[in-house]
Amino acid sequence: MASEIDSAAKALPTGPGGSSRNARHAWKTVKGVLGVLVAVAFTFLGLLAITFFIGRVVPIDPVLAVVGDRAPRAVYEAVRIEMGLDKPLIVQFFHYVGNVLTGDLGMSVSTGRPVAEDLARVFPATLEMATIGIIIGVALGVPMGVYAASRQGSLVDQVIRVVGLLGYSVPAFWLGLVGLALFYAKLQWVGGPGRIDIFYDGIIEPVTGLLLIDSLLAGDIEIFVNALTHIALPAAVLGFFSLAYIARMTRSFMLDQLAQEYVTTARVKGVSERLVLWRHAFRPILVPLITVIGLSYAGLLEGSVMIETVFSWPGIGNYLTTALLNADMNAVLGATLVIGAVFIGINKISDVLYRVLDPRAR
Amino acid sequence: MNALLEIRNLKVTFPTARGPVDVVKGLSLTLGRERLGIVGESGSGKSMTGRSILRLIRSPGQVTADEMTFNGTDLLSLSEKQMRSIRGARISMVMQDPKFSLNPVMTIGDQIAEALLTHQKLGRSDIRNRTLAMLEAVRINDPERVLGLYPHEVSGGMGQRVMIAMMLIPEPDLLIADEPTSALDVSVQAQVLEIIDDLVKRKGMGLILISHDLDLVSAYCDRILVMRSGEVVEECDAGELKNAKHPYTRGLLASIPRIDESRDELPVLERTGAST
Amino acid sequence: MATTRDWLLDDSPSSRLQARLGRSYRLARALSRNPLAMVGAIIVATLILVALFAPWIATHSPIGQDLAMRLKPPSWDNWMGTDELGRDIWSRVVYGARITLMIVALVAVLAAPVGLVIGAVAGYFGGWVDRILMGITDIFLSMPKLILALAFVAALGPGIQNAIIAIAIATWPGYARIARAETLTIRNSEFVSAVELQGASSFRVIVNHILPLCTSSMIIRVTLDMAGIILTAAGLGFIGLGAQPPLPEWGAMISRGRSFILDQWWVATMPGFAIVIVSLGFCFLGDGLRDVLDPKHGDRQ
Ligand SMILES: Nc1ncnc2c1ncn2[C@@H]1O[C@H](COP(=O)(O)OP(=O)(O)O)[C@@H](O)[C@H]1O
Ligand SMILES: [Mg+2]
Repeated sequence: MASEIDSAAKALPTGPGGSSRNARHAWKTVKGVLGVLVAVAFTFLGLLAITFFIGRVVPIDPVLAVVGDRAPRAVYEAVRIEMGLDKPLIVQFFHYVGNVLTGDLGMSVSTGRPVAEDLARVFPATLEMATIGIIIGVALGVPMGVYAASRQGSLVDQVIRVVGLLGYSVPAFWLGLVGLALFYAKLQWVGGPGRIDIFYDGIIEPVTGLLLIDSLLAGDIEIFVNALTHIALPAAVLGFFSLAYIARMTRSFMLDQLAQEYVTTARVKGVSERLVLWRHAFRPILVPLITVIGLSYAGLLEGSVMIETVFSWPGIGNYLTTALLNADMNAVLGATLVIGAVFIGINKISDVLYRVLDPRAR
Repeated sequence: MNALLEIRNLKVTFPTARGPVDVVKGLSLTLGRERLGIVGESGSGKSMTGRSILRLIRSPGQVTADEMTFNGTDLLSLSEKQMRSIRGARISMVMQDPKFSLNPVMTIGDQIAEALLTHQKLGRSDIRNRTLAMLEAVRINDPERVLGLYPHEVSGGMGQRVMIAMMLIPEPDLLIADEPTSALDVSVQAQVLEIIDDLVKRKGMGLILISHDLDLVSAYCDRILVMRSGEVVEECDAGELKNAKHPYTRGLLASIPRIDESRDELPVLERTGAST
Repeated sequence: MATTRDWLLDDSPSSRLQARLGRSYRLARALSRNPLAMVGAIIVATLILVALFAPWIATHSPIGQDLAMRLKPPSWDNWMGTDELGRDIWSRVVYGARITLMIVALVAVLAAPVGLVIGAVAGYFGGWVDRILMGITDIFLSMPKLILALAFVAALGPGIQNAIIAIAIATWPGYARIARAETLTIRNSEFVSAVELQGASSFRVIVNHILPLCTSSMIIRVTLDMAGIILTAAGLGFIGLGAQPPLPEWGAMISRGRSFILDQWWVATMPGFAIVIVSLGFCFLGDGLRDVLDPKHGDRQ
């Protein structure tokens, strides 16, 4: 995560921008977006190269890695031919790229279904949890960071700094376990593992795959509340990590801003300290903050791998770890690919948003 | 005597690794509705003086004074809230470089309007009219268009005129201009100073013009303070500058080249000889 | 004493040794004025001491089972309680310090030099070399580290060695980026041109003049990364892909304690505290080092 700090910090606008005229803005934006698209395509190709490399080159026997060592001879041979292992590596790679682009990620040996289908089924659960997590992180982290910066060096500031560092030092899976022991077993404030209590399972027909929304669509408040008690803890744990990161970045951005001349200008005008903080210092960091929030959101996908294992949350993280333990290579690579792609996607979207939203970058 | 501003023994102190350092050491001044120039080389404490009048020295800096009264109010005893009602409305300050002192993500119109709205409640069209009138007063030809621009979309000279408009629109009694032209192209410097001078005279405000340029200050001010490492070393009327006694001032004067003189070598400011 | 200090703080050192010692002394002094950094340094030092003297600090054998003593809560005899096989958790946590220290040390030793060299070469030569090397680096950087490490472990097979390799693979790109950035600033400096004019080979310029100058930013970054490495290693152990039983690896210990979390909370909780404290120590130290070595970033935490 530390590298993200640096890149996001670089994105912080402090000085003036060059001058540009209205007529050229649109074209510049289009060109910028096109540039980003090309970059995305290359990065994605690189991502495929990595998963290909992991799947075909690293294992001593890639076929074994896919079918597992209990597979009968015939299956083994069939997969070998299907993977095209008799052809040169570069041909295999293009074959692989073609397959992925057509949505074919191979079969999972543990579920017996196409990996792509599995992933589409489990992804909404992760999305739902990560989204609530990032909402918690933004809602608490931004005000904390702004407050800490406005009281630099105070006790509250020190506490917020340490909380920020705890975000880098606490294992997510451990925090989840401790949370379960405390809030579920002892205090019974929240629901246990899983997305919902067992006797509600399967009642709601998936529409969006997001249980909270689906239950509302079905008008079933009881299930909605039950799902809420289940998602609260894992989302709060994820929220803690994004809170820590966002608070830390917000604080650092705000400290930069508060030292700017235009903040002094606002004070000269007699603007109240609250408005100086939010209108003059905070507004300019909104755009770089979007980048930070995007990074954090993408980071929660990573965090969800550990959290889902702890909470038996039927999302992509759980799918990935199960596949890992079953040496189900197609599933592992498929999940890696999807997480990687979403990660890249979110990063690039925040890049583009940056260009579009910042008056100086237009 | 109805002095606008009365300062006695102003000190600005910063703690450093080597202990507290006074960057302004016991400055005193009395200002009526006149134009006072403060000159001195860079780092001599001019900006610190200007900002302490507005009580805008950021911690860890400390401001102390035996007296600092504005129109009879003791500025040092005011609460932060009362001080805010003075800032902008009664005492205002034009900052050095519009590239850094204007908020990059607010339109010029919003920034000017804010100066007004902070101190009085006004209707939308009132604000607009007054903002447009103010922009015209600082000689901006197409104020309608400029209102909607962001600071990076205007030139430095235009930016500084916007700054002046923003600082004068609440009609303060005292304007502090801290090196208002040193970040600008030479070609627009005179124009910006003319605008300040004109508005200050028309509204009968007090002006403190801070600059490192003795020539400029003597052209636009009635009275001049010369500062050097936090202290006032000379105080005189602008017209009597050539009779200045202090060697430091004489040094400053001598380093200004004149068209009507010829000399082989530009004199260098003699620092050691000028020490007090 | 005063003379030694004067010698160390001499503004114009007369030997290379004096310059170096003086620099270290100044650094240590600056660090000691930063309370969080001191706490961090103490934690890291404690980790190293505990790892070195584990047999003397532990009260029991880390693998000795005693089924009669299963799942006992913390007590005078078993400071952190016992696990499901009656092993003393305190002793296991103490021995676990060795594993953690070994993991972070090996990852640093593997990843930092690789990243350093790749970044320096890319930055020094520029052009196509730069584009290709940085292209590869960026692709790795665009992946979440944990996922990358997981995928590599899946291909390499579970085990602590493979976990270390996988984490190193996921870690080097960050170092390459930093080394390249540093190299770019050094590369066009006067003294590098001077050395080049004297006919020094690219290899010598990189090894003798560029790499040494990248080290301070590298040290900061490695220290800041330590927490992440510890968490990733623990995560792999937790999933069951890292250190294998009966090794007292903290993540794996948490994983085993998971089944008892509701009734015997200490089994999973205690090793977690060890992870948090040690990671936090590295974070504090890294932050402090950055404040001291890289003042322009001093305020941005
Ligand atoms: N935060 C600070 N800590 C210590 N010294 C400071 C600080 N800010 C300014 N100074 C010192 O105050 C002196 C006066 O600065 P200033 O009033 O800005 O000079 P100028 O006359 O150029 O406007 C300078 O010598 C500067 O070094
Ligand atoms: Mg100044």
